Amino acid sequence: MKTKYMNPYLAGVLLGLVLLMAFFFSGRGLGASGAVKSVVVAAVDVVAPEHAANSGFYSKYVGEGKSPMKAWLVFEMIGVLVGGFLSGAFSGRLKWKVEHFPGITANRRLVFAGIGGILFGFGSQLGRGCTSGSALTGMASLSVAGFVSMMAIFGTAFALAYFLRKNWI
Amino acid sequence: MGPLVPQEIIGADWNFFIAFVVGIGFGFVLEQAGFSSSRKLAGMFYGYDTVVLKVFFTAAITAMLGLLFFSLFGWINLNLIYVNPTFLGSAIAGGVIMGAGFIIGGFCPGTSVCAAAIGKIDAMVFVGGIFLGIFIFAEGYPLLEDFYMSGSMGPIKVSDVLGISGGVMALLVIIAALVMFKLGELAEKKWPREEY
Repeated sequence: MKTKYMNPYLAGVLLGLVLLMAFFFSGRGLGASGAVKSVVVAAVDVVAPEHAANSGFYSKYVGEGKSPMKAWLVFEMIGVLVGGFLSGAFSGRLKWKVEHFPGITANRRLVFAGIGGILFGFGSQLGRGCTSGSALTGMASLSVAGFVSMMAIFGTAFALAYFLRKNWI
Repeated sequence: MGPLVPQEIIGADWNFFIAFVVGIGFGFVLEQAGFSSSRKLAGMFYGYDTVVLKVFFTAAITAMLGLLFFSLFGWINLNLIYVNPTFLGSAIAGGVIMGAGFIIGGFCPGTSVCAAAIGKIDAMVFVGGIFLGIFIFAEGYPLLEDFYMSGSMGPIKVSDVLGISGGVMALLVIIAALVMFKLGELAEKKWPREEY
């Protein structure tokens, strides 16, 4: 099959080397949802500082001398935006669009994207990290949590694929 | 020698700069691999495109072997590498909810940010959803805290649970990955598709 994308095995090796670089320099792996959590915490702390200080969740990250936005993952995710943009520019893929299976409308795609995002955000907090932070990084460091996350995420997506097939095929 | 920042071989001031550079590499590779397309990602679950399987497992194995060899050569102290702790119940429940989010929304958090960076509007909506989902969890935390903290097993490794060395564990993962890569290639031949 002809493709405009990088060979997946080469991309995998490169992604693995990026992850190894994070381990070697910073002693930790990649992540994504943790950066969004930082933004949520910072926003709540600005809008309702008392609520943040009294909450069992937000209070872990705010207070004297703590700044939720000064987090490793926040800087890493700013990098992801830059890196993704550069790659898109390099390969001529910068374009405003709602990408969807032709059998459904753009609005239906957007509604499902929003619902999926809500579920993924909620699940990432309950599961202590998403595909990159818990599953990928966890597997590389051989952690049980990493393998459990990977199997639960991909297993559930496979199990539900039949019910959502009209959105994709 | 490594990890460099935790051992203060590189100043902690550099850590956020390193994070930024790592992020650029992460975002660039994700986009080049096609992870900025929800239709490519979802293809994993219908067999028409298994790029997720190939990239994910090749990356995990590359980093896994890198850590093991760096440790063998004395280049890195594995005791200083963060291992995410296992809370079995919440890890499974969280994973199941994330899996539902994946097949419904077509992205995961890292890939959605990457896709938003090249102008995919569906990805931007997905990112908005992540904000809302995390906010809902945070506000509901008092109700969820007992379950969230239950079943703590600490930062345990699969190799320790199975009583095998890290190297043997890596070999088992490599064998499993090779079998899955073969199945993925067969699936792509069986359910072909046009390129997105």
